[in-house]
Amino acid sequence: MNAAALTFSVVSKTFRSEGRQVQALAQVSFAIQPGRVTGLIGPDGAGKTTLMRLVAGLLLPDTGAISVLGLDTRARPLAVQSCIGYMPQRFGLYEDLSVQENLDLYADLQGVALTQRPARYAQLMRMTGLDPFTRRLAGRLSGGMKQKLGLACALLRAPQLLVLDEPTVGVDPVSRRELWQIVYRQVQETGMSVLLSTAYLDEAERCDEVILLHQGKLLGQGEPAQFSRSVAGRTFQVSAKGMSHRRLQAQLSRAPGVLDALSEGETVRLVMTAPVAPTAEALLPGQAGVDIVPVAPRFEDAFVARLKKHRSEGETRLSIALKNNTGDRDVVIRVDKLQRRFGDFIAVNNVSFSVRRGEIFGLLGANGAGKSTTFRMLCGLLPASGGELAVAGHDLRRAAATARGRIGYMAQKFSLYTNLSVIQNLRFFSSAYGLRGKQQKARLDWALTTFELGPLRNANAGDLALGYKQRLSFAATLMHEPEILFLDEPTSGVDPLARREFWARTNALAEAGVTVLVTTHFMEEANYCDRLVIMAEGEVLAEGTPLQMKTRARSAKNPDPTMEDAFIQLIEQRQGKTADVAA
Amino acid sequence: MSSLITMRLWGMMRKESLQILRDPSSIAIAFVMPVVLLFLFGYGVSLDAKHIPIGIVIEQPDTATQSLAGAFERSEFFRPLHFDAIQSAQQALDERKIEGIVWLRNNFSASLLAGHEAPIGVIINGVDSNQANITQGYIQGTWLAWLEHYAASRGQPLAMPVNLQQRVWFNAALSSQLFLVPGLIAIIMTLIGSLLTAMVVAREWERGTMEALMVTPLRKSELLVGKLAPYFVLGMGGMLFSVALAVWQFGVPLRGSFWLLLVSSALFMLVALAIGLLISIVSKNQFMAGQLAIIVTFLPAFILSGFLFDINSMPGWTQVITYLVPARYFVAIVQTLFLAGDVWPVLLTNMAALFIMLLFFFSLVWRKFRKRLD
Repeated sequence: MNAAALTFSVVSKTFRSEGRQVQALAQVSFAIQPGRVTGLIGPDGAGKTTLMRLVAGLLLPDTGAISVLGLDTRARPLAVQSCIGYMPQRFGLYEDLSVQENLDLYADLQGVALTQRPARYAQLMRMTGLDPFTRRLAGRLSGGMKQKLGLACALLRAPQLLVLDEPTVGVDPVSRRELWQIVYRQVQETGMSVLLSTAYLDEAERCDEVILLHQGKLLGQGEPAQFSRSVAGRTFQVSAKGMSHRRLQAQLSRAPGVLDALSEGETVRLVMTAPVAPTAEALLPGQAGVDIVPVAPRFEDAFVARLKKHRSEGETRLSIALKNNTGDRDVVIRVDKLQRRFGDFIAVNNVSFSVRRGEIFGLLGANGAGKSTTFRMLCGLLPASGGELAVAGHDLRRAAATARGRIGYMAQKFSLYTNLSVIQNLRFFSSAYGLRGKQQKARLDWALTTFELGPLRNANAGDLALGYKQRLSFAATLMHEPEILFLDEPTSGVDPLARREFWARTNALAEAGVTVLVTTHFMEEANYCDRLVIMAEGEVLAEGTPLQMKTRARSAKNPDPTMEDAFIQLIEQRQGKTADVAA
Repeated sequence: MSSLITMRLWGMMRKESLQILRDPSSIAIAFVMPVVLLFLFGYGVSLDAKHIPIGIVIEQPDTATQSLAGAFERSEFFRPLHFDAIQSAQQALDERKIEGIVWLRNNFSASLLAGHEAPIGVIINGVDSNQANITQGYIQGTWLAWLEHYAASRGQPLAMPVNLQQRVWFNAALSSQLFLVPGLIAIIMTLIGSLLTAMVVAREWERGTMEALMVTPLRKSELLVGKLAPYFVLGMGGMLFSVALAVWQFGVPLRGSFWLLLVSSALFMLVALAIGLLISIVSKNQFMAGQLAIIVTFLPAFILSGFLFDINSMPGWTQVITYLVPARYFVAIVQTLFLAGDVWPVLLTNMAALFIMLLFFFSLVWRKFRKRLD
């Protein structure tokens, strides 16, 4: 057996921040074998980035030792850095330098001989498809292209160990798939080892091996299939005729023996606590036409099963009483041929759709697809360059404050006052919408209970974990009981469990008649939407229900396509070419 | 593997230079800022009092009062306005139309002719105490000169017990331009060396590129030199540009050696760069770095360096603080080199001080700057 490419022996790392000790990694030990792709999986704040930086010698362990290709990171950091390739989050590119200049810089820094460069550049540019763009400034590249350039820079000297920190976050699915192809090709050609972290659980299945990290502790290491086997016989797909998929999901998640219930379009995927097939009567008492089909376990099922064991809190419920829920299904948001230009650049072009009351409507697309720009125009934060739009019958840019009072907007990155406490934030946002006295007090109590923020009421918003920030931000958005909710990337960077909680709450709101417009770059989250549009480069590629989208992508080769497959197919159709970068 | 070292260093310097060339704000700070500051201070700010508006109240015009008023008219320091009554002059003073009043009462000529004391009333706006002192001095000077002239014209020599013979050295015309412009070079170099450097390093932290740089086999020394060298060149470019403007645009004489100016500027530039680096180590975002650089380097250079305000007239504890301001030493050097010449005792002590600061700050940078994130 070869020597390990990377070994952690009882590594701990603690950070001090504002007087508090934060244990980022606790006694982590593992080894990864050369020539394999190892995925580092874990929720936000699990210690993934800390681990990556320890490998690269950017941090030193408090206790324990790390050996990279047989070299100790503490004793010989330069030697370690000479044989690894590292891509940090956000890719580490100089945006004011061109593609070629970025390559030259990293080739200089990594000591790639001048004679080898032309061949290596050509190879990498062909592989990444950046050939035609070598003179373009890196800042002008799309997210997917930046990611590939970052990868090319890390691969310049053909490293023995490639370390990628969340290389695929916010990047469109086509680019993500291409990145995996490039990585695997390099592994085959050069025998290099790869360590990469990801927030996308479906990517875990593409790894040879997975390391599961949670709250700084190693929960397990093994092949993805090995993880999936731990929930074998516990996964089922349930459908019920004549029942809305949201109520179905809500009821199933409370049914006995159910560990996890995940919306998948019209059906719900279940993970049971024990490998016993549930009966329709046990799950949905009194409901006719229930269909329960056993399905093959996925990595995500195992991940959720494992993490839910480590999390004490149960499912949360949201009680919403809408002031004027008439129950009608008329159109509340109408967008017609909307356009927005920034100079020569067209950020949003000819976008049309309409949303009915009580619907969850999704805008799906990679970073830079024009989702947020569309949102800002709808909320009246940005004037449209062309086209028409109406929210509850008004153009919010010109409407009175009362019309704005009917909507709630949750901005990307959660606009909270970080140096105010949870309760101070909630009080401020509720006063901003004119809540006073008893009414305000009632809403504050409601928010603290519903979002389980009571114990944290005096904590500073800035000190909260990301999942809690999201909760607080969501609560702040709901203080004035809006009828229409705009949620901009509410789940970005939030771990899978917090995302499930978020969607459970959003579902409950929609059930209560609230209209929800949501953007996301997680393709599988489209399954929570009633209808959605898929956007790319400022244009709508398709509109429909999740099922319609997936049906379109169905083929003999792929009888059960995912939303991501559907998205990729749409992009490929648009580009009018096969996405296989090898071609 | 010495060729590799130059390759890494070279790559770093080339990248840094490209970024400077692409970023209009770097060029602006190095070349537009000097022009703006030099013109602002060279033409806009004048510590000299000239053409001070004063009111002259003559209650009973005759030859004596006319000739005294004429003395004020002829003086380049005053721009007199005439009033018939003290009340209207006082009102003009209230409205800040004039800075002072010279009041000749109706018995002035009579008293003068009779050989009695002839009182002149002088009222001065004391809001700006410095300006008030200057105005008062000039009024007294003008009146003395007139008195001497008046006595001589009447054949009565004025008996003065002391005779003043004064010479002004180095800046014979007492022009504040000549005094301000050389000191400005220190301010401009502080801006480039500390502010710009702190901001660009903080930018690398903010954008996550520093992390990528640190994982390459780049050595600490290469990283520091590669980062600083282009800004050193930029700063010296800004310095030469300012010197050229000072000499050819503002006519400031360069009496000392140009090479000494170059060497001492290089010394000061390195100190400024080291401080800029230190700031970016402490604060890793551009906003903080910018604020810190202004508070720690720019403002002290402006106020406590002796560029604008005389250090000797500061309170004792403020004077002590000025010893911690590197610009203090450099301002002394440039003012000496420009206006006085190669005065070795001054130059050597100040350059030695700069050299000690250089060693201090660079050893601090070397100790604090790690190729690590913790």
